[in-house]
Amino acid sequence: MKYLLTALLLSLSATPLLACETVQLGSLEISEAWSRASIGMARPGAFYVTIRNTGATDDALAGIATPVSGKPMLHETVVKDGVASMPHAPAIPVPADSTVQLEPGGYHGMLMGLTQVLKEGETFPVTLTFREAGDVTVPVAIRGMGAKDAGCVDKKD
Amino acid sequence: MRRRTLLVAGASGVGALAFTLGLGWWQSRDSLQPGSALLPLPIGKMSFTLTNHHGVTVTPSEWIGRPTMVFFGFTWCPDVCPTTLSDISLWLQDLGPDADLMNIFLVSVDPERDTPQVLADYLSNFDPRITGLTGSLAEIKRAAEEFRATFEKVPREDDYTMDHTAGVFLFRADGRFGGIIDYHEDRHVALLKIQRLLKAAS
Ligand SMILES: [Cu+2]
Repeated sequence: MKYLLTALLLSLSATPLLACETVQLGSLEISEAWSRASIGMARPGAFYVTIRNTGATDDALAGIATPVSGKPMLHETVVKDGVASMPHAPAIPVPADSTVQLEPGGYHGMLMGLTQVLKEGETFPVTLTFREAGDVTVPVAIRGMGAKDAGCVDKKD
Repeated sequence: MRRRTLLVAGASGVGALAFTLGLGWWQSRDSLQPGSALLPLPIGKMSFTLTNHHGVTVTPSEWIGRPTMVFFGFTWCPDVCPTTLSDISLWLQDLGPDADLMNIFLVSVDPERDTPQVLADYLSNFDPRITGLTGSLAEIKRAAEEFRATFEKVPREDDYTMDHTAGVFLFRADGRFGGIIDYHEDRHVALLKIQRLLKAAS
């Protein structure tokens, strides 16, 4: 248990504040972008983020790009009859006046073909492409392997 | 009189049904359908042999006497498996030393990539009370069948991923099935389910 607490404290102090800041793109607010530390580069990573659409126009996340992955994709974890699978999501709807979360057990960015080891406490950029709003690049906090969220101290509702 | 006959007929019908179900249970050991609603076998009736992440051979009969928690996954799994592992680590943290009395296993459904050494490296990031199990594909298939779990290799462009049963299986200390903690189950409900097993065992 001590190691968990230590890991938590370490990751809290080492995560640059920047990764927890909200990035604005038109009426979209992008926050809490995070990923987990990787063991080497062979396994795929996952990318999570919160997208808030304060506008009156529906939008959709159509794709992601990042220098840390040769083949980033959008996926959705689906549990059907107790069995988990990860189909490709062509786009993730971001309806007007709503908040969409890419989070564990749901939508996520799948970072296949990692080009570097993801180290806890560091950040990497991900460019999100929206159908309406266009492109925006956000810093992604790399958290510990056991993390379940961005670990931002001042969580937005 | 007529009513009584109906009752008797009804009762024997129930008996026949129970017999059929019982027979189905027995036969199903060799012919399990994916998504089967059947319950896992009691641990005492399980027959697989796997290797743990320390390289030691493991058979389920060794688990009798302690409550057991088992889930299926693989270390190349980017979303569900790390989430389940951190859920379990958090439950264990909440349970404290009480949980030292449990057997807790991750059974890899990807023996091609998950060798004991790979499992050891991966699990060093989570609660040390979680033990990884791997082995031959045939033995992992046998284990999945006995748990009534399923898994399937899904090819992707360059490599592959695995679909697999996501819940956490619970067993009482005597080996009887004690319930499933579903993926996304509320943390309090999960804890209650585990505490029930621990109480029964103490
Ligand atoms: Cu995925």
